[in-house]
Formats: sequence, C-alpha cells, structure tokens
Amino acid sequence: MAGAYKRAIRDILDNRFLNAVTVITIALSILIVSAFALLFINVNDLMHSWRDSLRVMVYLKSDVAVAELSDVEQKIRLMPNIKAVHFVSKEDALAQLKSQMPGQASLFQNLKENPLPDAFEIRVQPDADVNQKITYLVGELKRFPWVEQIEYGQRWLGKFTNIFNLFRISGYAAGCLFLMAAVFIVANTIRLVIYARRDEVEIMRLVGAADNFIKAPFYVEGVIQGALGGFIGLAVCLGLFFFISSKMDQGLTAEILQVRFLPVWVWLAVWFASITVGWLGCFISLKQYLKN
Amino acid sequence: MENEAKNSIIRLFHVSKRYGTKNALLDVTLDVYKNEFLFISGPSGAGKSTLLKLLFLGETVTEGQILVDGMNLSRISRSRVPFLRRRIGIVFQDYKLIPTKSVYENVALVLEAAGVKRRIVTKKVKSVLRTVGMEDRIDSLPPSLSGGEQQRVAVARAVVGDPMIILADEPTGSLDAESARIILDLLKAFHERDTTVIVATHDTQLIRKEGARTIYLDQGQLQTPTIS
Ligand SMILES: Nc1ncnc2c1ncn2[C@@H]1O[C@H](COP(=O)(O)OP(=O)(O)O)[C@@H](O)[C@H]1O
Ligand SMILES: [Mg+2]
Repeated sequence: MAGAYKRAIRDILDNRFLNAVTVITIALSILIVSAFALLFINVNDLMHSWRDSLRVMVYLKSDVAVAELSDVEQKIRLMPNIKAVHFVSKEDALAQLKSQMPGQASLFQNLKENPLPDAFEIRVQPDADVNQKITYLVGELKRFPWVEQIEYGQRWLGKFTNIFNLFRISGYAAGCLFLMAAVFIVANTIRLVIYARRDEVEIMRLVGAADNFIKAPFYVEGVIQGALGGFIGLAVCLGLFFFISSKMDQGLTAEILQVRFLPVWVWLAVWFASITVGWLGCFISLKQYLKN
Repeated sequence: MENEAKNSIIRLFHVSKRYGTKNALLDVTLDVYKNEFLFISGPSGAGKSTLLKLLFLGETVTEGQILVDGMNLSRISRSRVPFLRRRIGIVFQDYKLIPTKSVYENVALVLEAAGVKRRIVTKKVKSVLRTVGMEDRIDSLPPSLSGGEQQRVAVARAVVGDPMIILADEPTGSLDAESARIILDLLKAFHERDTTVIVATHDTQLIRKEGARTIYLDQGQLQTPTIS
C-alpha cells in the first residue's frame, strides 16, 4: 500500500499539467456546488425566520365573556400545528399602541372607552408548508361564532417559496451535472495515465501482479485529485464568502440579513462528494481498461 | 506413462494455436520434466515464442490441454493467473524492464506484487543482484545499462521469487557473445538450484555446446520427439 502511494504521487508529479487541470476542474465544480449550497442555506434561514414571524391575529367579538376566554384559548390550542397562542387583551393592545406612538398621547386621552378588541395571537409551526397550515387554520377558525375578524399575511411568502423551490431544484440539477462532468474528466486523466503506463502495467502483469495491486495506485491518484480539488473548491468558496459578507457588514443589510457559512456536516459532505468524484472517475476508466 | 506423469512439471496434449487461419502451433504433445533444462529450437516463425506464451497464459490455446505443475491452464480463472505467473520467471529478448524504475525497484516489484514483507524484499533483492553481479548498479535506471547488464537484471527479476520454472525467450538474441555466455551460465546456475528452465532460441551455435535436451519446431510442428 505504501508503494501505491509512492507511485500515485510520482504519477501526479510526472503528469503535473494534466493533474493540475483535473484538480482545477474538480475545484470549480465543488465551488459551484458549495456556492449553491451556501445560497440555499441562507435563503432557507431567511425564509424560516419569515415563517417564524408569521402571526395569525384572531380578533374576538366584544360580547365574548371573560369567563369564556380560557375555553376559547383551549379550543385554539387543540388545533393542529399550533406553536404558541398568546392572548392580547384590549388593554394590552392599547398600551402597546400608545408606546408605539409616543408623540400622540393627547390622541388617546380623548378616548372614553377602549375601541380595540381582545385578540389571540397565534403562531404556527414554521415548516415549509406553513401556508397550507395557515389556510387550514383560518378556515377552521372562521367557523367559531366568537371570531370577529382574522388577519394574516402569507400569500406573498407562498409565491416566493414556490419560486425558491424551483430555483433549488435547478440548482441541484446543475450541481449534479457539474459533478458528473468532473467524474468524466477524472476518468479521462486516469485513462491517459494508464495509457502512458501501459508497458509498465503489462510488465507488472507478467511478473504476477494481481489486478488490485496494479489498480491501487490509480485509485490513490483519483482520490488525491478529488480530495485536493474539493479542498481548493471549498477554500475558495469560504474566501469568497468572507469577502462578500465583510462588504455586506458595512451596509444596513447586516441587521436584517444574518448570513452564515455552511455547517460542518455540509462541508464534510461536499468534500466527501469530491473524493467520491475522484474515486468514481478512476473506477470508470479502470473498468474500461480491464475489458481489453 | 505413469512414471512420466509423476516427473513432468509441464505437459502439453495435442496443443494447437491459431492466429486467424494461421497455425502458429499444430498438435504439439510434450512433457517437460522436473528440474530439466530444455532448449526449444527452430527457425524464426516456427512457434517457439507462442509455445512459451501459452505456458504463462500470455495467450490461450485454440485446441488441446496444458498442465503446469498440476494446474490445467484452460480451467484457471482470470483472478488466478497471477498465482500461476508467480511460479514462473520469464526472461525476454527485449528485457522488458520498466525504464523509469531503478534496478532495485524492477526486481523488488515481483516480491511486492506477491505481498512479501519489505524487510525480506530488501534482503532477497540484494542477494539476487549480487548473484548476477549487478549489486553495484542497484540504483541505476535500466536505460543507463548495457544490453548484457539489463538482461542480467531481467534474469535476477525472473528468479527472485524462487519460481519452479524459468522461461527464457531468445534471452541472448540481442547480446554479444560474451554477454550471451554470462546469461546462459546464470540460467544454468539457477537450473542447478532445482529449477526447470526452458530456453527458446534459434541460435543453434548456443545449443551445440550444451548437453541439454533440445526439441525442434518447424512451422508450428514438433520435429524430433526427444533426444536425451
Ligand atoms: N499475435 C500474433 N498475431 C498473429 N500472428 C502471430 C502472432 N504471434 C505470432 N504470430 C505468428 O505465429 C507464428 C509463430 O510465431 P512465433 O511463436 O513468434 O515464432 P518464433 O518465436 O519461433 O519466431 C509466426 O508465423 C507469427 O507470424
Ligand atoms: Mg520468437
């Protein structure tokens, strides 16, 4: 096995240009794949926080007795996919309104009685299908006699989710295509290396070397190419990320847009995919070579 | 016949080999005995190389059967071929050394491929290179050596794995008389160590002085049965 490493490294050094081109190609496809992943993860975070901030406000009729309130709250709580139910009394609502409009104190002093209704603020589990859940919930709530009005605003989010999903699918498809292209480029490199070494391979066979002994260095070479290309691609992606996010920090966007880099498991998964690309490329070219 | 079978290490039964429509070998039946030194002679194109290739499965027979050390070559699966070849050391006219590997690496390859431990590899390779008189050129690359020297390295490679059989195809064909003498003496020396040696050559001068059994091929057919 030590011999396999030695020969793989010698092959790489002997074919520097070919190997450099291969590694760069893998690095580029990994860069594209990880950039897509980065974008998706951050847009996903953003959408999650939007979904999380979604509220369904249920305004109650003024004739609902205080004694009934806990019963009503219980009914809402028992509905599916409810994350939290919060009672906002009309007094709380007025106090909140006052604090939001500090310069308008005189406006509120003229009020003889509180014109605001009691309300329940409902938060729904912020899953991807939060829209359907809210639609369902609103439909259910409307049937209760104590409901005066329901307010919710999620329609635009639904549209955005659909567009994003479409974008995500095409992103995955593009990523797969790039990885497949990388596999064939590795396969081609290994094929050329085998071709350059055909006399040596023939001699090894004549002296009793088994296929695995002959193949091992090529696999090591493919895996090194994959690991190196993946490392470079991810490093460039990380560099670009810090460059762009440092630019963004200076703007106002920083407060509303919390960006983050790929989590460790995605790093590792992408790197693993890159190594698999190297291995697979080698597998394909060795399969061809074994046929003759 | 019973006795023959016991002492034979290689047996060919009505072996024919055709390339397209050309008969390279035709109905060859032959026994090679344990620890024998055998010459295969005959004009160029007679089928000598073909016969040797059949023995290490460099080619497969068209008709007939071959047994090598009890193994039926037509029944050996692809994955077992390396095990056959580890029992056979081969010397070629064109040496077939790997030009980018040192003398040491070329010889060590045989043992590494067989999974021998590194420490033992070093010991054996050095010892065999000493025997063929190439211990001073251990780190040289083959292209920097003379033909005779390269063939000595090739002989070292053929014997380093302690094979039961050595096949040499025109081993002296590219060498001057003195180098040829050295190579033949080396092969005879390894024959003394309980190895069966088969040398294919069209050089009748080379054979004449040796007392070994010689078989003659002409147009793929065995000419003289056996002269002991
Ligand atoms: N791979 C091959 N394809 C076609 N014909 C071949 C091949 N190898 C050998 N031959 C033919 O088979 C015959 C025997 O060849 P060979 O065994 O090399 O003879 P020798 O070694 O006695 O000179 C020759 O006529 C040669 O042209
Ligand atoms: Mg020949």
